[in-house]
Amino acid sequence: MTAAAPTPPMIRMAGVDKFFGPLHVLKGINIEVPKGQVVVVLGPSGSGKSTLCRTINRLEPIDTGDIEVDGDRLPEEGKALAALRADVGMVFQQFNLFAHKTIIENVMLAPMKVRGMKEPEARKLAQQLLDRVGIANQADKYPAQLSGGQQQRVAIARALAMKPKVMLFDEPTSALDPEMVNEVLDVMTTLAKEGMTMLVVTHEMGFARKAADRVVFMADGEIVEDSTPEEFFTAPSSDRAKDFLGKILPH
Amino acid sequence: MDLLSKYDVLGAFWVTVQLTFYSAVGALIWGTILAGMRVSPVPLMRGIGTVYVNVVRNTPLTLIIMGTSLGLYSTLGVVLTTKSDKDLLFLPSNNFWLAVLGFVAYTGTFVCESLRSGINTVPVGQAEAARALGLKFTQTLGIIVLPQAFRAVIAPLASVLIALTKNTTVASAIGVAEAAVLMSKMIEFDSQYLFLIFGIIALGFVILTLPTGLFLGAVAKKVAVKR
Ligand SMILES: Nc1ncnc2c1ncn2[C@@H]1O[C@H](COP(=O)(O)OP(=O)(O)O)[C@@H](O)[C@H]1O
Ligand SMILES: [Mg+2]
Repeated sequence: MTAAAPTPPMIRMAGVDKFFGPLHVLKGINIEVPKGQVVVVLGPSGSGKSTLCRTINRLEPIDTGDIEVDGDRLPEEGKALAALRADVGMVFQQFNLFAHKTIIENVMLAPMKVRGMKEPEARKLAQQLLDRVGIANQADKYPAQLSGGQQQRVAIARALAMKPKVMLFDEPTSALDPEMVNEVLDVMTTLAKEGMTMLVVTHEMGFARKAADRVVFMADGEIVEDSTPEEFFTAPSSDRAKDFLGKILPH
Repeated sequence: MDLLSKYDVLGAFWVTVQLTFYSAVGALIWGTILAGMRVSPVPLMRGIGTVYVNVVRNTPLTLIIMGTSLGLYSTLGVVLTTKSDKDLLFLPSNNFWLAVLGFVAYTGTFVCESLRSGINTVPVGQAEAARALGLKFTQTLGIIVLPQAFRAVIAPLASVLIALTKNTTVASAIGVAEAAVLMSKMIEFDSQYLFLIFGIIALGFVILTLPTGLFLGAVAKKVAVKR
């Protein structure tokens, strides 16, 4: 690569199609997410948001098209794919903390097993991250002993422990009781301010307005709108987006 | 009446215990490998695992044990003991290990199927989170999925172990001197004590299996994964 080469986008999807059997779930998706950008993805249930998110680290393989992360095409299943996933953090709606491991073990596990980090170093890193998300005093408990909001913050710390280049969030607050939503959004907002590249599927308008650089609206497997939060919320251009906003925004 | 001093009941049950122990350890390892094959992303591995389990699990155990002795040793000359073939203990020792091999091959399929039902109790999100962090298939299986699956199936595995303990009597078919062989001998020479002999042998098995079941039942409760 020459010195003059432009830096590649963090995520590039070009002409991506995905089928579940006969169901066409992603239709000709084209999107580029530059480094440091925070993109909020929204759209009605079943529009393909989760699937879009999951194709980026190949938890769902695609049928046609190209996906690149930081300039590298997604590898086939195997070592190279595992290496790519290690650089892409993912936070799930259901937290998915390892139920048989303590909180700190959850955070230490991947740095040790994937990056080959030594135990004392991994423990120190995990302590710092748990401190940062405000869970330091729960380190030796098991996931089931924590509230949903606490578990989700641990899940974010677990992903951050791999020092990812980009973070994917799939409805990280949808499974939470309302009073716990903000503690998770606060952690995400801080992360966004620190310059992390983020793709966030969420219906939290407050977060979208405060932290997002860009809003992508999906319907029926297609990207229907791609604009700034200001534009999208005040002057959506498509009927589908207007309809959607009418349903979720307070009247 | 001194059946217990005339016959080496303890010695015979000691052979039963050893058969059970080595077979259980082997079956646990082999069953885990089989379960790994059956959930592997590689279709060939899955195929081999499926065919093996379905064939071996449905074959009568006596056939498998006879097969190890007649097929593996007499026909193919497979020797599993370090003793020389001039040693008087050569045949007993070789047959013991051939029987263990047969029990491992057979019981491994039951361990595999128990484990597979345990794997089904582990939410898919656990494996997805592991893969998303960059863990390889074997790591995801070995560090995240199987440890949770094992905890979920300790009680069914205890049943497999109890069945194995009783199944070791089939080794008498190839002359391994365990409890059932002793029982035949006792009945032959002291047939007037028939019911007493049955009672002693049955009691011996209960003494072996009852604590196993109780102990593993308690362990199952203790290590259950909270979700
Ligand atoms: N594993 C799957 N198998 C079959 N269909 C699926 C699967 N996952 C999702 N779908 C379907 O794909 C469509 C898009 O789903 P999803 O990406 O989860 O939408 P969203 O996250 O926007 O609600 C839905 O119609 C859903 O039922
Ligand atoms: Mg979804």
